[in-house]
Amino acid sequence: MPLEVQIEKRLPEFTLDVTFTCGDEPLSVLGPSGAGKTMLLRCIAGLERAGRGRVVLGNRVLFDSSKSIQLPARDRRVGMLFQHFALFPNKTVAENVAFGLQTLPRHEQQQRVAAMLERSHIIGLESRYPRQISGGEQQRVALARALAINPEALLLDEPLSALDTHLRSQMETQLQETFAAYRRPALLVTHNIEEAYRLGERMLVLSRGRVAAFGGKHELFRRPPSMEVARLTGCKNFSRARMISTGVVEAVDWGCQLRVAHELAAGVTHLGVRAHEIDFVEMRNGATEENVFSCWLARSSETPFRVTLYVSLRPPGRATSEQSSCDLQAEMTKEKFRLIRERPMPWQIQLRPESIFLLPD
Amino acid sequence: MPLTALAVFAAPSVPIDWSPLWISLETSVVATVVTFVAGLATAVWRQRRTGFVSALIDGICLLPLVLPPTVVGFFLLLLFGRNGPLGRLLLRFDTSVVFSWPATVIAAAVVAFPLMYLSARAALEQVDSRFLEAARTLGASEWRVFHAVALPLAWPGVLAGTILSFARALGEFGATLMLAGDIPGRTATIPIAIYFAVESDDIQHALAWSAVDVAISLALLGGLYYWTHVQGRGRWDRR
Repeated sequence: MPLEVQIEKRLPEFTLDVTFTCGDEPLSVLGPSGAGKTMLLRCIAGLERAGRGRVVLGNRVLFDSSKSIQLPARDRRVGMLFQHFALFPNKTVAENVAFGLQTLPRHEQQQRVAAMLERSHIIGLESRYPRQISGGEQQRVALARALAINPEALLLDEPLSALDTHLRSQMETQLQETFAAYRRPALLVTHNIEEAYRLGERMLVLSRGRVAAFGGKHELFRRPPSMEVARLTGCKNFSRARMISTGVVEAVDWGCQLRVAHELAAGVTHLGVRAHEIDFVEMRNGATEENVFSCWLARSSETPFRVTLYVSLRPPGRATSEQSSCDLQAEMTKEKFRLIRERPMPWQIQLRPESIFLLPD
Repeated sequence: MPLTALAVFAAPSVPIDWSPLWISLETSVVATVVTFVAGLATAVWRQRRTGFVSALIDGICLLPLVLPPTVVGFFLLLLFGRNGPLGRLLLRFDTSVVFSWPATVIAAAVVAFPLMYLSARAALEQVDSRFLEAARTLGASEWRVFHAVALPLAWPGVLAGTILSFARALGEFGATLMLAGDIPGRTATIPIAIYFAVESDDIQHALAWSAVDVAISLALLGGLYYWTHVQGRGRWDRR
Protein backbone atom coordinates (compact mmCIF):
# COMPACT_ATOMS: atom_id res chain seq x y z
CA MET A 1 0.00 0.00 0.00
CA PRO A 2 2.29 2.78 -1.17
CA LEU A 3 2.04 6.40 -0.17
CA GLU A 4 2.41 8.66 -3.18
CA VAL A 5 3.13 12.27 -2.42
CA GLN A 6 3.33 15.22 -4.71
CA ILE A 7 3.02 18.49 -2.87
CA GLU A 8 3.59 22.12 -3.69
CA LYS A 9 3.10 24.73 -1.00
CA ARG A 10 4.25 28.30 -0.86
CA LEU A 11 6.00 29.14 2.40
CA PRO A 12 7.32 32.52 3.53
CA GLU A 13 10.95 31.64 2.83
CA PHE A 14 10.68 29.20 -0.06
CA THR A 15 8.29 26.91 -1.86
CA LEU A 16 7.89 23.37 -0.60
CA ASP A 17 7.96 21.25 -3.74
CA VAL A 18 8.30 17.55 -3.01
CA THR A 19 7.51 14.39 -4.97
CA PHE A 20 8.19 10.87 -3.76
CA THR A 21 6.66 7.47 -3.16
CA CYS A 22 7.02 5.56 0.07
CA GLY A 23 6.51 1.81 0.02
CA ASP A 24 5.80 -0.45 2.97
CA GLU A 25 9.07 0.40 4.67
CA PRO A 26 10.36 3.25 6.76
CA LEU A 27 11.58 6.32 4.88
CA SER A 28 13.80 8.81 6.66
CA VAL A 29 13.28 12.45 5.79
CA LEU A 30 16.56 14.19 6.53
CA GLY A 31 17.26 17.88 6.35
CA PRO A 32 18.42 20.88 8.35
CA SER A 33 15.88 22.67 10.53
CA GLY A 34 13.65 24.90 8.46
CA ALA A 35 13.93 22.73 5.35
CA GLY A 36 10.18 22.06 5.33
CA LYS A 37 10.23 18.58 6.84
CA THR A 38 7.54 19.15 9.44
CA MET A 39 5.40 21.06 6.93
CA LEU A 40 5.61 18.06 4.60
CA LEU A 41 4.29 15.75 7.34
CA ARG A 42 1.54 18.21 8.24
CA CYS A 43 0.39 18.38 4.62
CA ILE A 44 0.23 14.58 4.41
CA ALA A 45 -1.64 14.34 7.71
CA GLY A 46 -4.13 16.98 6.55
CA LEU A 47 -3.26 19.48 9.27
CA GLU A 48 -2.07 21.93 6.66
CA ARG A 49 -3.53 22.66 3.27
CA ALA A 50 -1.06 22.13 0.43
CA GLY A 51 -1.29 24.57 -2.43
CA ARG A 52 -1.17 22.08 -5.25
CA GLY A 53 -0.52 18.41 -5.73
CA ARG A 54 -1.80 14.98 -4.90
CA VAL A 55 -1.47 12.60 -1.96
CA VAL A 56 -2.60 9.02 -2.49
CA LEU A 57 -2.44 6.32 0.17
CA GLY A 58 -3.05 2.87 -1.30
CA ASN A 59 -6.23 3.33 -3.29
CA ARG A 60 -7.48 6.29 -1.30
CA VAL A 61 -6.98 9.83 -2.56
CA LEU A 62 -6.27 12.01 0.48
CA PHE A 63 -5.62 15.18 -1.45
CA ASP A 64 -5.92 16.17 -5.08
CA SER A 65 -5.88 19.86 -5.92
CA SER A 66 -7.00 19.28 -9.52
CA LYS A 67 -10.17 17.50 -8.30
CA SER A 68 -10.59 19.70 -5.21
CA ILE A 69 -10.27 16.69 -2.94
CA GLN A 70 -9.10 17.62 0.53
CA LEU A 71 -9.88 14.90 3.04
CA PRO A 72 -9.99 16.31 6.59
CA ALA A 73 -7.33 15.00 8.98
CA ARG A 74 -9.88 12.92 10.89
CA ASP A 75 -10.73 10.84 7.81
CA ARG A 76 -7.19 10.21 6.59
CA ARG A 77 -6.32 7.32 8.90
CA VAL A 78 -2.76 8.57 9.09
CA GLY A 79 -1.10 8.18 12.47
CA MET A 80 1.07 11.03 13.62
CA LEU A 81 3.63 11.15 16.39
CA PHE A 82 4.23 14.77 17.36
CA GLN A 83 7.58 16.19 18.31
CA HIS A 84 6.68 16.69 21.96
CA PHE A 85 4.17 13.84 21.85
CA ALA A 86 1.11 16.07 22.43
CA LEU A 87 -0.48 13.66 24.91
CA PHE A 88 -3.72 15.10 26.28
CA PRO A 89 -2.64 16.31 29.73
CA ASN A 90 -6.15 16.01 31.17
CA LYS A 91 -6.56 12.38 30.20
CA THR A 92 -4.97 9.29 31.71
CA VAL A 93 -2.60 7.06 29.77
CA ALA A 94 -5.43 4.62 29.06
CA GLU A 95 -7.79 7.43 28.00
CA ASN A 96 -5.14 8.84 25.70
CA VAL A 97 -4.63 5.52 23.95
CA ALA A 98 -8.40 4.96 23.76
CA PHE A 99 -9.06 8.42 22.29
CA GLY A 100 -9.10 7.25 18.67
CA LEU A 101 -11.22 4.19 19.41
CA GLN A 102 -14.53 5.95 20.15
CA THR A 103 -16.45 4.03 17.50
CA LEU A 104 -15.67 0.66 19.08
CA PRO A 105 -17.83 -0.88 21.84
CA ARG A 106 -16.47 -0.23 25.29
CA HIS A 107 -15.13 -3.70 26.06
CA GLU A 108 -13.36 -3.84 22.69
CA GLN A 109 -11.82 -0.45 23.44
CA GLN A 110 -10.47 -1.76 26.71
CA GLN A 111 -9.06 -4.89 25.08
CA ARG A 112 -7.40 -2.86 22.36
CA VAL A 113 -5.90 -0.39 24.84
CA ALA A 114 -4.54 -3.20 27.00
CA ALA A 115 -3.02 -4.89 23.95
CA MET A 116 -1.45 -1.67 22.69
CA LEU A 117 0.02 -0.84 26.10
CA GLU A 118 1.44 -4.32 26.45
CA ARG A 119 2.98 -4.24 23.00
CA SER A 120 4.60 -0.90 23.85
CA HIS A 121 5.94 -2.23 27.16
CA ILE A 122 3.79 0.13 29.22
CA ILE A 123 2.60 -1.70 32.30
CA GLY A 124 0.94 -0.32 35.40
CA LEU A 125 0.68 3.26 34.13
CA GLU A 126 -2.91 3.11 32.82
CA SER A 127 -4.39 5.52 35.35
CA ARG A 128 -1.47 7.95 35.46
CA TYR A 129 -1.58 11.35 33.79
CA PRO A 130 1.06 12.33 31.21
CA ARG A 131 2.70 14.72 33.67
CA GLN A 132 3.28 11.88 36.05
CA ILE A 133 5.29 9.66 33.70
CA SER A 134 8.77 10.01 32.24
CA GLY A 135 9.65 11.32 28.78
CA GLY A 136 10.41 7.84 27.48
CA GLU A 137 7.08 6.56 28.78
CA GLN A 138 5.28 9.52 27.22
CA GLN A 139 6.90 8.67 23.92
CA ARG A 140 5.74 5.07 24.10
CA VAL A 141 2.21 6.09 25.07
CA ALA A 142 2.09 8.54 22.17
CA LEU A 143 3.22 5.84 19.77
CA ALA A 144 0.67 3.39 21.19
CA ARG A 145 -2.04 6.04 20.79
CA ALA A 146 -1.10 6.68 17.16
CA LEU A 147 -0.95 2.96 16.35
CA ALA A 148 -4.18 2.12 18.19
CA ILE A 149 -6.33 3.44 15.35
CA ASN A 150 -4.54 1.02 13.02
CA PRO A 151 -3.37 3.80 10.71
CA GLU A 152 -2.57 3.11 7.09
CA ALA A 153 0.55 5.26 7.29
CA LEU A 154 2.65 6.49 10.16
CA LEU A 155 4.28 9.92 10.38
CA LEU A 156 6.90 10.63 13.03
CA ASP A 157 8.09 14.18 13.61
CA GLU A 158 11.52 14.22 15.28
CA PRO A 159 10.44 11.38 17.57
CA LEU A 160 13.67 11.21 19.54
CA SER A 161 14.67 14.86 19.79
CA ALA A 162 12.72 15.50 22.99
CA LEU A 163 14.44 12.65 24.82
CA ASP A 164 17.59 12.51 26.91
CA THR A 165 20.58 10.85 25.28
CA HIS A 166 20.40 7.72 27.39
CA LEU A 167 16.77 7.18 26.39
CA ARG A 168 17.37 7.70 22.71
CA SER A 169 19.05 4.43 21.85
CA GLN A 170 16.42 2.60 23.87
CA MET A 171 13.59 4.32 22.02
CA GLU A 172 15.38 3.85 18.73
CA THR A 173 15.34 0.11 19.33
CA GLN A 174 11.64 0.24 20.06
CA LEU A 175 10.99 2.24 16.91
CA GLN A 176 12.91 -0.35 14.91
CA GLU A 177 10.72 -3.08 16.42
CA THR A 178 7.64 -1.04 15.63
CA PHE A 179 8.66 -0.51 12.02
CA ALA A 180 9.49 -4.20 11.61
CA ALA A 181 5.98 -5.15 12.77
CA TYR A 182 4.18 -2.30 11.04
CA ARG A 183 5.02 -2.97 7.38
CA ARG A 184 3.18 0.04 6.01
CA PRO A 185 4.47 3.39 4.82
CA ALA A 186 6.25 5.17 7.64
CA LEU A 187 7.88 8.59 7.38
CA LEU A 188 10.43 9.60 9.95
CA VAL A 189 11.49 13.23 10.01
CA THR A 190 14.83 14.02 11.61
CA HIS A 191 17.83 16.31 11.38
CA ASN A 192 20.06 13.67 12.94
CA ILE A 193 22.08 11.85 10.28
CA GLU A 194 22.71 8.74 12.35
CA GLU A 195 19.08 8.42 13.36
CA ALA A 196 18.01 8.81 9.77
CA TYR A 197 20.46 6.14 8.66
CA ARG A 198 19.66 3.60 11.34
CA LEU A 199 15.87 3.89 11.23
CA GLY A 200 15.11 4.36 7.55
CA GLU A 201 15.60 1.94 4.70
CA ARG A 202 15.33 4.63 2.12
CA MET A 203 16.09 8.26 2.58
CA LEU A 204 14.73 11.57 1.35
CA VAL A 205 17.02 14.55 1.77
CA LEU A 206 15.22 17.90 1.89
CA SER A 207 16.85 21.26 1.45
CA ARG A 208 14.87 24.50 1.38
CA GLY A 209 11.72 22.70 0.38
CA ARG A 210 13.23 20.71 -2.48
CA VAL A 211 14.19 17.06 -2.74
CA ALA A 212 17.98 17.14 -2.79
CA ALA A 213 18.24 13.35 -2.94
CA PHE A 214 15.96 10.35 -2.71
CA GLY A 215 17.01 6.71 -2.69
CA GLY A 216 18.41 3.78 -0.77
CA LYS A 217 20.45 4.92 2.18
CA HIS A 218 23.56 2.87 1.36
CA GLU A 219 23.83 4.21 -2.15
CA LEU A 220 23.05 7.72 -0.97
CA PHE A 221 25.81 7.76 1.60
CA ARG A 222 28.34 6.01 -0.62
CA ARG A 223 27.85 8.25 -3.60
CA PRO A 224 25.94 11.43 -2.80
CA PRO A 225 24.59 13.04 -5.98
CA SER A 226 25.56 16.59 -5.07
CA MET A 227 27.73 18.63 -2.77
CA GLU A 228 24.63 19.70 -0.84
CA VAL A 229 23.61 16.10 -0.17
CA ALA A 230 27.17 15.14 0.70
CA ARG A 231 27.23 17.94 3.24
CA LEU A 232 23.74 17.13 4.62
CA THR A 233 24.74 13.50 5.02
CA GLY A 234 27.70 14.56 7.12
CA CYS A 235 30.65 14.79 4.71
CA LYS A 236 33.26 17.21 6.05
CA ASN A 237 36.02 17.29 3.42
CA PHE A 238 35.55 19.01 0.08
CA SER A 239 37.91 20.33 -2.54
CA ARG A 240 37.49 21.85 -5.95
CA ALA A 241 38.37 19.21 -8.52
CA ARG A 242 39.81 19.07 -12.03
CA MET A 243 39.91 15.91 -14.13
CA ILE A 244 43.45 15.10 -15.26
CA SER A 245 42.90 11.82 -17.05
CA THR A 246 40.76 8.72 -16.67
CA GLY A 247 40.79 7.78 -13.02
CA VAL A 248 42.99 10.69 -11.96
CA VAL A 249 41.73 13.98 -10.59
CA GLU A 250 43.43 17.03 -9.15
CA ALA A 251 42.22 18.23 -5.74
CA VAL A 252 42.80 21.93 -6.30
CA ASP A 253 42.32 23.07 -2.70
CA TRP A 254 44.52 20.32 -1.28
CA GLY A 255 47.26 20.68 -3.88
CA CYS A 256 47.46 17.01 -4.81
CA GLN A 257 46.44 14.50 -7.45
CA LEU A 258 44.18 11.64 -6.53
CA ARG A 259 43.35 8.33 -8.12
CA VAL A 260 39.60 7.71 -8.03
CA ALA A 261 37.54 4.55 -8.41
CA HIS A 262 34.26 6.09 -9.58
CA GLU A 263 33.81 8.10 -12.71
CA LEU A 264 31.20 10.72 -13.35
CA ALA A 265 29.49 11.35 -16.64
CA ALA A 266 28.74 15.03 -16.08
CA GLY A 267 31.30 17.73 -15.45
CA VAL A 268 33.11 17.27 -12.16
CA THR A 269 33.60 20.42 -10.13
CA HIS A 270 34.24 19.10 -6.62
CA LEU A 271 35.27 16.00 -4.77
CA GLY A 272 34.68 14.88 -1.23
CA VAL A 273 35.79 12.31 1.28
CA ARG A 274 34.21 11.44 4.62
CA ALA A 275 36.17 12.12 7.79
CA HIS A 276 36.06 8.53 9.03
CA GLU A 277 37.27 7.13 5.69
CA ILE A 278 40.68 8.74 5.95
CA ASP A 279 43.30 6.16 6.93
CA PHE A 280 46.50 6.90 8.76
CA VAL A 281 49.12 4.50 7.37
CA GLU A 282 52.70 3.74 8.34
CA MET A 283 55.48 5.11 6.24
CA ARG A 284 56.75 2.45 3.90
CA ASN A 285 59.82 3.31 1.97
CA GLY A 286 59.83 2.39 -1.68
CA ALA A 287 56.32 0.98 -1.89
CA THR A 288 54.17 3.44 -3.84
CA GLU A 289 50.79 3.24 -2.24
CA GLU A 290 47.90 4.96 -3.94
CA ASN A 291 46.87 8.39 -2.70
CA VAL A 292 49.25 8.52 0.26
CA PHE A 293 50.28 11.98 1.44
CA SER A 294 52.26 13.52 4.24
CA CYS A 295 50.28 15.62 6.66
CA TRP A 296 50.78 17.72 9.75
CA LEU A 297 48.40 17.93 12.69
CA ALA A 298 46.90 21.39 13.15
CA ARG A 299 44.61 20.64 16.07
CA SER A 300 42.35 17.96 17.44
CA SER A 301 39.08 17.73 19.32
CA GLU A 302 37.81 14.88 21.42
CA THR A 303 34.46 13.42 22.30
CA PRO A 304 34.27 10.64 24.90
CA PHE A 305 34.99 7.87 22.40
CA ARG A 306 36.17 9.52 19.22
CA VAL A 307 38.77 12.00 18.08
CA THR A 308 38.61 14.49 15.23
CA LEU A 309 41.96 15.50 13.76
CA TYR A 310 42.39 18.63 11.67
CA VAL A 311 45.39 18.09 9.41
CA SER A 312 47.22 20.15 6.85
CA LEU A 313 48.85 18.74 3.73
CA ARG A 314 51.59 21.38 3.89
CA PRO A 315 54.31 21.71 6.54
CA PRO A 316 53.52 24.21 9.30
CA GLY A 317 54.44 27.79 8.42
CA ARG A 318 54.33 27.10 4.71
CA ALA A 319 50.61 27.66 4.31
CA THR A 320 49.96 30.95 2.57
CA SER A 321 47.45 33.35 3.97
CA GLU A 322 44.68 32.47 1.55
CA GLN A 323 44.90 28.78 2.38
CA SER A 324 43.55 27.69 5.72
CA SER A 325 45.97 25.95 8.00
CA CYS A 326 43.78 22.88 7.92
CA ASP A 327 42.85 20.93 4.81
CA LEU A 328 41.19 17.77 6.04
CA GLN A 329 39.17 16.48 8.96
CA ALA A 330 39.78 12.89 9.95
CA GLU A 331 37.79 11.01 12.54
CA MET A 332 38.72 7.84 14.39
CA THR A 333 38.29 5.94 17.62
CA LYS A 334 40.49 6.84 20.55
CA GLU A 335 42.23 3.44 20.43
CA LYS A 336 43.33 4.08 16.90
CA PHE A 337 44.47 7.57 17.80
CA ARG A 338 46.58 6.20 20.63
CA LEU A 339 48.41 4.01 18.10
CA ILE A 340 49.35 6.85 15.78
CA ARG A 341 49.88 9.77 18.12
CA GLU A 342 53.43 8.74 19.00
CA ARG A 343 54.56 8.58 15.38
CA PRO A 344 56.84 11.37 14.26
CA MET A 345 55.47 14.10 11.98
CA PRO A 346 54.70 14.15 9.19
CA TRP A 347 52.07 11.46 9.39
CA GLN A 348 50.96 9.58 6.32
CA ILE A 349 47.32 9.58 5.29
CA GLN A 350 45.69 7.56 2.61
CA LEU A 351 42.58 8.63 0.73
CA ARG A 352 41.46 5.32 -0.74
CA PRO A 353 40.18 5.66 -4.31
CA GLU A 354 36.82 3.98 -3.43
CA SER A 355 36.15 6.46 -0.65
CA ILE A 356 36.47 9.51 -2.87
CA PHE A 357 33.31 10.73 -4.52
CA LEU A 358 33.19 13.16 -7.39
CA LEU A 359 30.50 15.81 -7.38
CA PRO A 360 28.90 17.71 -10.24
CA ASP A 361 28.10 21.38 -9.99
CA MET B 1 -20.89 50.26 59.29
CA PRO B 2 -22.47 48.08 56.59
CA LEU B 3 -22.56 45.19 59.03
CA THR B 4 -24.44 47.13 61.67
CA ALA B 5 -26.83 48.15 58.93
CA LEU B 6 -27.85 44.51 58.66
CA ALA B 7 -29.74 45.17 61.85
CA VAL B 8 -32.52 46.39 59.60
CA PHE B 9 -32.97 42.79 58.50
CA ALA B 10 -32.52 41.40 62.00
CA ALA B 11 -35.06 43.61 63.71
CA PRO B 12 -37.27 45.09 61.01
CA SER B 13 -39.52 47.95 61.90
CA VAL B 14 -41.59 47.21 58.81
CA PRO B 15 -41.89 43.85 57.00
CA ILE B 16 -38.90 43.47 54.68
CA ASP B 17 -39.40 43.12 50.98
CA TRP B 18 -36.85 40.44 50.02
CA SER B 19 -37.78 40.55 46.34
CA PRO B 20 -34.68 42.54 45.20
CA LEU B 21 -32.44 39.69 46.39
CA TRP B 22 -34.41 36.99 44.54
CA ILE B 23 -34.81 39.10 41.42
CA SER B 24 -31.08 39.86 41.43
CA LEU B 25 -30.10 36.22 41.88
CA GLU B 26 -32.57 34.90 39.30
CA THR B 27 -31.56 37.56 36.82
CA SER B 28 -27.85 36.94 37.34
CA VAL B 29 -28.12 33.16 37.08
CA VAL B 30 -30.16 33.22 33.88
CA ALA B 31 -28.03 36.00 32.38
CA THR B 32 -24.85 34.06 33.22
CA VAL B 33 -26.16 30.92 31.51
CA VAL B 34 -27.02 32.94 28.41
CA THR B 35 -23.66 34.74 28.48
CA PHE B 36 -21.75 31.52 29.02
CA VAL B 37 -23.17 29.89 25.90
CA ALA B 38 -23.05 33.03 23.76
CA GLY B 39 -19.59 34.13 24.90
CA LEU B 40 -18.05 30.70 24.45
CA ALA B 41 -19.69 30.18 21.07
CA THR B 42 -18.55 33.58 19.83
CA ALA B 43 -15.00 32.94 21.07
CA VAL B 44 -14.89 29.60 19.22
CA TRP B 45 -16.36 31.16 16.11
CA ARG B 46 -13.85 33.98 16.16
CA GLN B 47 -10.89 31.61 16.54
CA ARG B 48 -11.15 30.65 12.89
CA ARG B 49 -11.26 34.25 11.68
CA THR B 50 -8.23 36.36 11.02
CA GLY B 51 -7.36 39.94 10.19
CA PHE B 52 -10.12 42.47 9.68
CA VAL B 53 -13.00 40.09 10.43
CA SER B 54 -11.60 39.09 13.82
CA ALA B 55 -10.89 42.73 14.68
CA LEU B 56 -14.47 43.60 13.75
CA ILE B 57 -15.87 40.79 15.91
CA ASP B 58 -13.70 41.95 18.79
CA GLY B 59 -14.86 45.52 18.41
CA ILE B 60 -18.54 44.64 18.42
CA CYS B 61 -18.20 42.19 21.30
CA LEU B 62 -16.26 44.57 23.51
CA LEU B 63 -18.50 47.58 22.90
CA PRO B 64 -20.76 46.91 25.92
CA LEU B 65 -17.65 46.94 28.10
CA VAL B 66 -16.48 50.40 27.07
CA LEU B 67 -19.82 52.15 26.52
CA PRO B 68 -21.57 53.70 29.53
CA PRO B 69 -24.29 51.26 30.67
CA THR B 70 -26.90 53.94 30.09
CA VAL B 71 -25.92 54.08 26.43
CA VAL B 72 -26.13 50.28 26.20
CA GLY B 73 -29.54 50.46 27.86
CA PHE B 74 -30.67 53.18 25.50
CA PHE B 75 -29.63 51.14 22.46
CA LEU B 76 -31.42 48.11 23.87
CA LEU B 77 -34.50 50.28 24.38
CA LEU B 78 -34.32 51.37 20.75
CA LEU B 79 -33.90 47.75 19.68
CA PHE B 80 -36.67 46.27 21.83
CA GLY B 81 -39.03 49.26 21.92
CA ARG B 82 -42.34 49.35 20.05
CA ASN B 83 -40.69 50.74 16.95
CA GLY B 84 -37.45 48.81 17.26
CA PRO B 85 -36.78 45.87 14.93
CA LEU B 86 -36.76 43.27 17.71
CA GLY B 87 -39.65 44.95 19.55
CA ARG B 88 -41.83 44.76 16.43
CA LEU B 89 -40.86 41.13 15.91
CA LEU B 90 -41.92 40.34 19.49
CA LEU B 91 -45.18 42.24 19.04
CA ARG B 92 -46.17 39.76 16.37
CA PHE B 93 -46.13 37.13 19.11
CA ASP B 94 -48.08 39.52 21.29
CA THR B 95 -45.28 40.09 23.77
CA SER B 96 -42.98 42.87 24.76
CA VAL B 97 -39.93 42.68 26.96
CA VAL B 98 -39.49 46.33 27.87
CA PHE B 99 -40.20 46.96 31.58
CA SER B 100 -40.54 43.26 32.34
CA TRP B 101 -38.37 40.72 34.13
CA PRO B 102 -36.80 39.34 30.90
CA ALA B 103 -35.54 42.88 30.29
CA THR B 104 -33.34 42.65 33.41
CA VAL B 105 -31.88 39.42 32.02
CA ILE B 106 -31.25 40.95 28.59
CA ALA B 107 -29.57 44.02 30.07
CA ALA B 108 -27.42 41.98 32.46
CA ALA B 109 -26.44 39.45 29.79
CA VAL B 110 -25.44 42.11 27.26
CA VAL B 111 -23.33 43.97 29.78
CA ALA B 112 -21.68 40.79 31.14
CA PHE B 113 -21.06 39.32 27.69
CA PRO B 114 -17.68 41.03 26.97
CA LEU B 115 -16.15 39.59 30.14
CA MET B 116 -17.18 36.06 29.23
CA TYR B 117 -16.10 36.51 25.64
CA LEU B 118 -12.68 37.94 26.58
CA SER B 119 -11.96 35.25 29.16
CA ALA B 120 -13.09 32.40 26.93
CA ARG B 121 -11.14 33.74 23.97
CA ALA B 122 -7.95 34.10 26.00
CA ALA B 123 -8.39 30.66 27.56
CA LEU B 124 -8.98 28.97 24.20
CA GLU B 125 -6.01 30.76 22.64
CA GLN B 126 -3.82 29.39 25.42
CA VAL B 127 -4.59 25.80 24.48
CA ASP B 128 -1.66 24.36 22.55
CA SER B 129 -2.89 23.68 19.02
CA ARG B 130 -0.91 20.43 18.88
CA PHE B 131 -3.43 18.83 21.25
CA LEU B 132 -6.24 19.74 18.87
CA GLU B 133 -4.26 18.49 15.89
CA ALA B 134 -3.43 15.23 17.64
CA ALA B 135 -7.14 14.74 18.29
CA ARG B 136 -7.93 15.36 14.62
CA THR B 137 -5.38 12.82 13.40
CA LEU B 138 -7.01 10.34 15.79
CA GLY B 139 -10.28 10.74 13.93
CA ALA B 140 -12.10 13.15 16.25
CA SER B 141 -14.85 15.37 14.84
CA GLU B 142 -14.53 19.12 15.37
CA TRP B 143 -17.24 18.96 18.04
CA ARG B 144 -15.32 16.27 19.90
CA VAL B 145 -12.07 18.20 19.53
CA PHE B 146 -13.85 21.09 21.24
CA HIS B 147 -15.66 19.38 24.08
CA ALA B 148 -13.17 16.60 24.84
CA VAL B 149 -9.89 18.47 24.37
CA ALA B 150 -10.11 22.26 23.97
CA LEU B 151 -12.77 22.99 26.59
CA PRO B 152 -11.27 20.89 29.42
CA LEU B 153 -7.87 22.45 28.82
CA ALA B 154 -9.34 25.97 28.71
CA TRP B 155 -11.66 25.31 31.65
CA PRO B 156 -9.93 27.39 34.37
CA GLY B 157 -10.12 30.51 32.21
CA VAL B 158 -13.65 29.77 31.07
CA LEU B 159 -14.70 29.28 34.68
CA ALA B 160 -13.07 32.54 35.75
CA GLY B 161 -14.95 34.29 32.94
CA THR B 162 -18.21 32.76 34.10
CA ILE B 163 -17.73 33.96 37.67
CA LEU B 164 -16.76 37.45 36.49
CA SER B 165 -19.83 37.54 34.25
CA PHE B 166 -22.04 36.53 37.15
CA ALA B 167 -20.55 39.28 39.31
CA ARG B 168 -21.04 41.83 36.54
CA ALA B 169 -24.64 40.73 35.97
CA LEU B 170 -25.31 41.03 39.69
CA GLY B 171 -24.03 44.58 39.76
CA GLU B 172 -25.77 45.75 36.62
CA PHE B 173 -27.65 49.01 37.11
CA GLY B 174 -27.65 51.52 34.24
CA ALA B 175 -28.78 49.39 31.34
CA THR B 176 -31.28 47.58 33.55
CA LEU B 177 -32.89 50.81 34.66
CA MET B 178 -33.18 51.99 31.04
CA LEU B 179 -34.70 48.79 29.71
CA ALA B 180 -36.50 47.27 32.69
CA GLY B 181 -37.26 50.26 34.88
CA ASP B 182 -37.95 50.10 38.59
CA ILE B 183 -40.96 47.92 39.20
CA PRO B 184 -40.84 46.63 42.79
CA GLY B 185 -41.25 42.88 42.90
CA ARG B 186 -40.63 42.47 39.15
CA THR B 187 -37.62 44.37 37.85
CA ALA B 188 -36.14 46.03 40.93
CA THR B 189 -32.80 44.32 41.51
CA ILE B 190 -30.57 45.04 44.49
CA PRO B 191 -28.64 47.92 42.83
CA ILE B 192 -31.90 49.51 41.78
CA ALA B 193 -33.36 49.04 45.25
CA ILE B 194 -30.29 50.74 46.69
CA TYR B 195 -30.59 53.66 44.29
CA PHE B 196 -34.23 54.31 45.09
CA ALA B 197 -33.66 53.77 48.80
CA VAL B 198 -31.03 56.50 48.76
CA GLU B 199 -33.25 58.72 46.66
CA SER B 200 -36.05 58.43 49.21
CA ASP B 201 -33.64 59.01 52.13
CA ASP B 202 -33.97 55.43 53.41
CA ILE B 203 -30.28 55.13 54.35
CA GLN B 204 -30.86 52.07 56.51
CA HIS B 205 -32.16 49.97 53.63
CA ALA B 206 -29.51 51.32 51.28
CA LEU B 207 -26.81 50.26 53.70
CA ALA B 208 -28.39 46.87 54.32
CA TRP B 209 -28.66 46.03 50.61
CA SER B 210 -25.13 47.30 50.04
CA ALA B 211 -23.92 44.95 52.75
CA VAL B 212 -25.69 42.06 51.03
CA ASP B 213 -23.96 42.96 47.75
CA VAL B 214 -20.57 43.15 49.46
CA ALA B 215 -21.13 39.72 51.00
CA ILE B 216 -22.12 38.12 47.69
CA SER B 217 -19.20 39.76 45.87
CA LEU B 218 -16.70 38.57 48.46
CA ALA B 219 -18.08 35.05 48.22
CA LEU B 220 -17.74 35.20 44.43
CA LEU B 221 -14.16 36.45 44.59
CA GLY B 222 -13.35 33.71 47.07
CA GLY B 223 -14.89 31.18 44.75
CA LEU B 224 -12.95 32.62 41.82
CA TYR B 225 -9.69 32.25 43.68
CA TYR B 226 -10.52 28.76 44.84
CA TRP B 227 -11.54 27.53 41.42
CA THR B 228 -8.67 29.06 39.50
CA HIS B 229 -5.85 28.48 41.98
CA VAL B 230 -6.83 25.48 44.05
CA GLN B 231 -9.37 23.34 42.30
CA GLY B 232 -9.63 24.68 38.78
CA ARG B 233 -6.78 22.88 37.06
CA GLY B 234 -7.90 19.50 38.28
CA ARG B 235 -5.89 16.56 39.48
CA TRP B 236 -4.21 15.92 36.14
CA ASP B 237 -2.01 18.95 36.68
CA ARG B 238 -0.44 17.60 39.83
CA ARG B 239 2.58 15.38 39.85
